[in-house]
Amino acid sequence: MKKFVRIAALLMALLMALTCFTGCGKEEATAIKIGITGPLTGGAAIYGNAVNNAAKIAVEEINALGGIQFEFLCEDDVHDAEKAVNAYNTLKDWGMQVSLGSVTSAPGTATSAEANADHIFYLTPSASSTDVLGGVANAVTGAVDIARKDNVFQMCFMDPNQGEASAQYIYDQKLGAKIAVIYKNDDNYSTGIYNSFIAKATELNLNVVSTTTFTEDTKTDFSVQVAAAKDAGADLVFLPMYYESAALILTEANETGYAPKFFGVDGMDGILGLEGFDTTLAEGVMLLTPFNADAEDAKTKDFVAKYQEKYNEVPNQFAADAYDCIYAIYQALDEGEALKNEDGTYNYAISATDLCDMLIEEFTSADFTYSGLTGENMTWSAAGTVSKTPKGMVIQNGAYVGM
Amino acid sequence: MKKLNFKSSLDNWLTYAGVIIAFVVLQLLASAGGMSSALKGQLVPVCAYIVMALSLNLTVGVLGELSLGHAGFMSVGAFSGAVTAAALASAVPSAGLRLMIAMIVGAVFAALAGVLIGVPVLRLNGDYLAIVTLAFGEIIKSIVTNLYIGVDANGLHISFLKNTLQMEGGKMIMNGPMGVPANTKIATFLAGFILIMITLVIIFNLVKSRSGRAIMALRDNRIAAESVGINVTKYKLMAFVISAALAGAAGSLFGLSQNTIVATKFDFNTSILVLVFVVLGGLGRMWGSIIAAAALTILPELLREFSEYRMLIYAIVLILVMLATNNPTIKGFFAKIFKRKGAEE
Amino acid sequence: MLTFLNHFINGISLGSIYAIIALGYTMVYGIAKMLNFAHGDVIMVGAYVCFFAVSTYNLPPIVGVLLAIVICTLLGVIIEGLAYKPLRQATSLAVLITAIGVSYFLQNAAQLLWTSNPKIFPNMFGGASIKLFGGELIIPVGTLVTIAACIVIMIGLTLFTNMTKMGKAMRACSEDKGAAQLMGINVNRTISVTFAIGAALAAIAGVLLCSAYPSLVPTTGSMPGIKAFTAAVFGGIGSIPGALLGGILLGIIEIFAGAYISTQLSNAIVFLVLILVLLIKPTGLLGKQIREKV
Repeated sequence: MKKFVRIAALLMALLMALTCFTGCGKEEATAIKIGITGPLTGGAAIYGNAVNNAAKIAVEEINALGGIQFEFLCEDDVHDAEKAVNAYNTLKDWGMQVSLGSVTSAPGTATSAEANADHIFYLTPSASSTDVLGGVANAVTGAVDIARKDNVFQMCFMDPNQGEASAQYIYDQKLGAKIAVIYKNDDNYSTGIYNSFIAKATELNLNVVSTTTFTEDTKTDFSVQVAAAKDAGADLVFLPMYYESAALILTEANETGYAPKFFGVDGMDGILGLEGFDTTLAEGVMLLTPFNADAEDAKTKDFVAKYQEKYNEVPNQFAADAYDCIYAIYQALDEGEALKNEDGTYNYAISATDLCDMLIEEFTSADFTYSGLTGENMTWSAAGTVSKTPKGMVIQNGAYVGM
Repeated sequence: MKKLNFKSSLDNWLTYAGVIIAFVVLQLLASAGGMSSALKGQLVPVCAYIVMALSLNLTVGVLGELSLGHAGFMSVGAFSGAVTAAALASAVPSAGLRLMIAMIVGAVFAALAGVLIGVPVLRLNGDYLAIVTLAFGEIIKSIVTNLYIGVDANGLHISFLKNTLQMEGGKMIMNGPMGVPANTKIATFLAGFILIMITLVIIFNLVKSRSGRAIMALRDNRIAAESVGINVTKYKLMAFVISAALAGAAGSLFGLSQNTIVATKFDFNTSILVLVFVVLGGLGRMWGSIIAAAALTILPELLREFSEYRMLIYAIVLILVMLATNNPTIKGFFAKIFKRKGAEE
Repeated sequence: MLTFLNHFINGISLGSIYAIIALGYTMVYGIAKMLNFAHGDVIMVGAYVCFFAVSTYNLPPIVGVLLAIVICTLLGVIIEGLAYKPLRQATSLAVLITAIGVSYFLQNAAQLLWTSNPKIFPNMFGGASIKLFGGELIIPVGTLVTIAACIVIMIGLTLFTNMTKMGKAMRACSEDKGAAQLMGINVNRTISVTFAIGAALAAIAGVLLCSAYPSLVPTTGSMPGIKAFTAAVFGGIGSIPGALLGGILLGIIEIFAGAYISTQLSNAIVFLVLILVLLIKPTGLLGKQIREKV
């Protein structure tokens, strides 16, 4: 009998827990609710936290202007697609009207499908995989594996654009006669860039002499990959990956006396702010990035100062993209008419689907351009991609200098 | 002896009844619109985790062998199921039927993997078996991460390590490290419920059968069991393969409840997660696995308001529960409190 | 040939680190018969302590290492006392789950305390290296120190378990706890001391690991932890020379598999070799075949 009491108690606890899920009252809407899922804990937390921090700054600034009011919430997805959908659903229960999607790509692929089914406007700061947008032909087979999700847009470059741009840049500037590539094989971002890079490189007849990979489980030891590049005599190493892995590759190359040119993509940004990293190792590293925390323009300086004051670190490209996302949505809502009541107040109770229609129209309209931290006069195509050109940067004396 | 049998079958019937009641209540709640999206989205994955816990309980609780790679079978089931469902998308228009076929295929593939790994390694004992299952889970993860499968008018195309598929139109189903990027969510709560019921029927009948008694005899005293002529390999393999097949079916269910699945999802941590369900629910106690799997899957979601402290709290709860249920002093302490309370009432 | 030699040295270096971690696993397993999954996370804590001592407070590296050893030993004793000691009579599975809880706890606490931003571990050996064959083969001093540390630790532990009273008590406990207790050995205390030694080894391993592979995040210890666990089983769990052999072989296999077969599959190959070895020698390379009594 005692056992059944215990089962009953457990079941009661479970039921009570379930009711917590359901008991959400409706309140008067006083702001547009913007939500995002991102890794706030776990191995990828650095990206989620950057996005969360920067978006909060943008929301605070916008709310202080006194116009359209925003409410922002970031739910943790631990860089996992299943948890991301849970987080997305939690945001929906909270009343999310506009979604910034997910911070990283695999969760983004899942939440963009959900948002597409729910018809919630989705502008992701940093989930750069083509699977997030849909409607992009596979780099290898040429087939479109996922239909275009018409409500999904990206603030960052789509991965293949970066790979192509990098190959083109290396070709145009004649940066390397023998090229080695190291990429992270179990990562959407890295593989996406690699595939399009190699396709473009073949087209341009670039001489790729060594291609090696690493995975999440082997991302600390680069001795084999660096040795392979060195043995092949590569004079340029292309590193389509995030900066913490790139930093290790630079360290390993330095220790083994290998000094080629290194070429990175936007994930390389942040390498100079890495705690404990000897920045002299990054001298001469080239990268394509839309954002540069050392830029001299007022917008960037202001943002970087605020971010440093609040969070005590230099913002990276993820943060800049998130900041831009919030402002781009703000601008679109401000320019559009659908949100405004006749008496000058705002219709915060607008449904997410109505808002979605309005924002899609606004973002894809020919006269909508947005200028922010990561680019000037950006526009969006119906395919969801943003038009902005990556800037070639080179690291000199511990700072980015335009190439 | 008779009393024991009666008690265990009563337990079984209560477990069936509990699952049915829970299903009906949740289904009613969902259709009445009284359920949050967060919970609705979790119904099917919770079913999958419950089946995972039940199947692992068969290995750990009934067979008495520690497996640290159960997520490997889930992975095999999830990906073979997803490929099946995608390949049959036009041939079998009925989503329910497609789901059923996918789950059967997932179970078959996982069972094959179970035989493949079981035949050689079940000779090992205890922690050595545990480490081999861990290794097996990691190998599966590496293989699936490097597998490219596409489908076009000519059928399935497969390549390994590099995407070299020569296809005419068609589409990629599995894209190496990106896993299955565009799953169609065809798994339903009803299917999850049915799978749980089937799993329970299989496990309860196995445990009650002659084979089941042989398996438990092996667990309790292998040498004694061997000496009365029980075929060790046969019965160990039987339990192990059934457990793998059920995990495969659960994997298919899980995979088809997600928009996208990647191989790294089914890693060592997932195996451990399921093991935690089993141990907290009680070895060999099926209803315990069900409740633990459901509660511990939902718990991190409920702790969302604690944001970054969430997993820390989860860890502390886990340690405290283990201490409370296994330390004689603390156990006695709680027992005393409850007794006193009972007396006052 | 030089490339081969280079990979070989890298393999031994990686293997030595695995071996030191595996020694910690093996000692604890031999005596407490538990798989201490939190071991990898103690490594991470040790590395963080050393990082802050050296990078933030500018202490000399040797002080950083000593500090890491002291703090990790304390941590090991505290974990053992709070989480494992109450479970002495419980099933090994209950202890395993508790160890996993401790592992989650350490990882998440580290993330809250030190954020998940990666830190680049300072080079403890000033980046010095030895150049051979006219600069064609470069061996960082850190690699040599790692290998030397591994050998010293292994000899030290062997002497300790064979010569000292405590060491003998440990061996007695690992053979038969009941009998050891009857002989007047304080089993509880012996187990606690073993944990302390294991944690101290973890601190050293943490510093060496991060010197060789300088990325430090809260999950730094988990994968090396699992690999070292594999290495311990590979060599025969409970055996000190076995842990050394297993660790070094595992390191070499991993590097060679990556270099000559595929970096994508190097982990899979390591685990495949493990399975094959266990099929041929079910108790690992140097494990003792224990006759079961009827």
